[in-house]
Amino acid sequence: MEMTGAQTLVHFLQDEGVEHIWGYPGGAVLPIYDALDTDATTLNHILVRHEQAAVHAADGYARSTGKPGVVLVTSGPGATNAVTGIATAYMDSIPMVCITGQVPTGLIGLDAFQEIDTVGITRPIVKHNFLVKDVNDLADTLKKAFYLATTGRPGPVVVDIPKDVQNAKSNYVYPQEVDIRSYLPVTKGHSGQIKKAVEMMLSAKRPILYTGGGVILGDASEELTTLTRKLGFPINQTLMGLGAFPASDPQALGMLGMHGTYEANLAMHHSDVIIAIGARFDDRVTGNLEKFCPDAKIIHVDIDPASISKNVIVDIPIVGPVKQVLTEMIQVLDNTKQEKDEAALADWWKQIEEWRATNCLRYDTTGSKIKPQAAMQAVWKSTNGDAYVSSDVGQHQMYAAQYYPFDKPRRWINSGGLGTMGFGLPAAMGVQMAHPDATSICVTGEGSIQMNIQELSTCLQYGLPVKIICLNNGFLGMVRQWQEFFYERRYSMSYMESLPDFVKLAESYGHVGVRIEDPKTMQTQLDEVFSDKYKDRLVFVDILTDQQENVYPMIPAGAGLNEMILV
Amino acid sequence: MKHIISMLMENESGALSRVSGLFSARGYNIHALTVAPTEDETLSRLTLVTSGTEQEIEQIVKHLNRLIDVVKVLDLTEGAHIERELMLIKVAATGDMREEYKRLADIFRADIIDVTSTTYTIQMVGDSNKLDAFINILDSGLILETVRSGTMGILRGEKCLQLS
Repeated sequence: MEMTGAQTLVHFLQDEGVEHIWGYPGGAVLPIYDALDTDATTLNHILVRHEQAAVHAADGYARSTGKPGVVLVTSGPGATNAVTGIATAYMDSIPMVCITGQVPTGLIGLDAFQEIDTVGITRPIVKHNFLVKDVNDLADTLKKAFYLATTGRPGPVVVDIPKDVQNAKSNYVYPQEVDIRSYLPVTKGHSGQIKKAVEMMLSAKRPILYTGGGVILGDASEELTTLTRKLGFPINQTLMGLGAFPASDPQALGMLGMHGTYEANLAMHHSDVIIAIGARFDDRVTGNLEKFCPDAKIIHVDIDPASISKNVIVDIPIVGPVKQVLTEMIQVLDNTKQEKDEAALADWWKQIEEWRATNCLRYDTTGSKIKPQAAMQAVWKSTNGDAYVSSDVGQHQMYAAQYYPFDKPRRWINSGGLGTMGFGLPAAMGVQMAHPDATSICVTGEGSIQMNIQELSTCLQYGLPVKIICLNNGFLGMVRQWQEFFYERRYSMSYMESLPDFVKLAESYGHVGVRIEDPKTMQTQLDEVFSDKYKDRLVFVDILTDQQENVYPMIPAGAGLNEMILV
Repeated sequence: MKHIISMLMENESGALSRVSGLFSARGYNIHALTVAPTEDETLSRLTLVTSGTEQEIEQIVKHLNRLIDVVKVLDLTEGAHIERELMLIKVAATGDMREEYKRLADIFRADIIDVTSTTYTIQMVGDSNKLDAFINILDSGLILETVRSGTMGILRGEKCLQLS
């Protein structure tokens, strides 16, 4: 069927099964917005208030569903505003396709109005990007973009479409096939390596599973749970991996790393075999590399060969999709005659239980001020631990990770890699669009929320009943914490003076505002916030918390996993 | 240690900057880089010289393979290979030196390809060490300009870097 490039885009997205597209119009995408008006039947466009939020919303949608998030922004400032969102998705390997408008091909390179080299600017923060110069290539390029974004190690792909290409006509046929000769993602792990890995696991005396976001991205939670229970080994999860294995299971030692639990970090440090699955030995996990797990042999399962032996040299690398590799591991395990060293494992668990008994997440519950930890626990209680929790970045993010345990994957949505403040609210919007009947929470602080607070307006327009839990301590808490520990309490620029009245602010946007100041009434107030009374309303819950509280445990930068600061 | 990494990549605008961008973003060195189309007009051959530990080189190769525009990567230094570099060097040539340059050119199997009353331009092909040696024996004050192509290389024998 003959149609314009803009129409081709709309028809392609619908044929590709895209439900939602987050965006903001502008000069260089006007033909596409016109085609959305004339041609879109199943595709739903959501108008955000800032392009960064469009990307985070698509990101939240992608993380909570596994489907690619799709974004549409204009050239120049539209694209540059999207950059932070794209980088956020890139660092966490989130499948995403970002369509950017570009000035007409004849003007490219002439410093035209709202011209920017989008392909050049986004190159280091995308899995791949395209500039479409000919309308006849558009459908194939879009197909490639979706294929690249969603296969192998997922990631964002940018497709830059000049305005004249949007207007030019061609014959549109939905491309069923895609062929990229240089791109052949691994579909199967090496069977010999998998056998060797299982042998090593079974001969371990102090084994530990260390699992990350790759398990969730690879939809392998079920396989991970089966394998872990069959092995009976302790399991640590990274910030990105929370929910892949049920936190309530006694085998789960919690999160590891800088603010991980005592038992998780010590078990990691003292282990003799580490089974790393879909995790990338990030510096926030390993601490000082020279002191990292001195006795451990390492098995590493990852879809991306470049992740293997990048930071830590591993003994048995297995490149492949986590789901397939774990399935094969389970089969090998079921058929082997090799036995586990039960005696050694019993001693290992005894040691771990001793570490666990330190109860490292304890905190003072006697004061008159609300403790942020208590606030997160109260939110967990009000929501039966079954909400989608999107987080901003800072102390509240760590409190949520520590005190809102997740039993299911894709429930914990946070910017782990880039650490983007302002991520939470738009991400929670994307989650809510994907799961209209679910409870979508944004856990934030008074600093982070102001980085994308304009999206309260979007939430009103689309009736998104997100529940915002703002842990308001009047400080950029994580900055303040580091200044307290490492800069002799010189609180340079970490104090947020002149805060708005968030309750009134929420109300002025047409939402409900609630302030919680008293620990005694907190649970009742939160129960009400999450009750049917506000089922269809966005509620901004401003919780005034203890200003002096710090996130513990903590591994200071440069220290080893066994050198934790407890409370 | 020095490594010569050779690759086939899509002959598309932007492909080169993806490769060079990877090196700058990850802090890897590029000592030399040369790129040109191949007999298959959809492919370019890029050769670069870098250095690093074995682990760094392994990471470089893995990251290059991850680039969508890169079709095939080979570390030539891993096997038997031939490396060559082209140099054009313009020197001040007056008096006795005019004869001396001709003798040196013979010894190094170089050619004098441009002559004026005061200068010679000498063309030389060889591995990088040979080109370095030639430069080192010249009085640096007489060298007017040096242009080097960067090292390129090819596998010895029947083995080829090609699409399978």
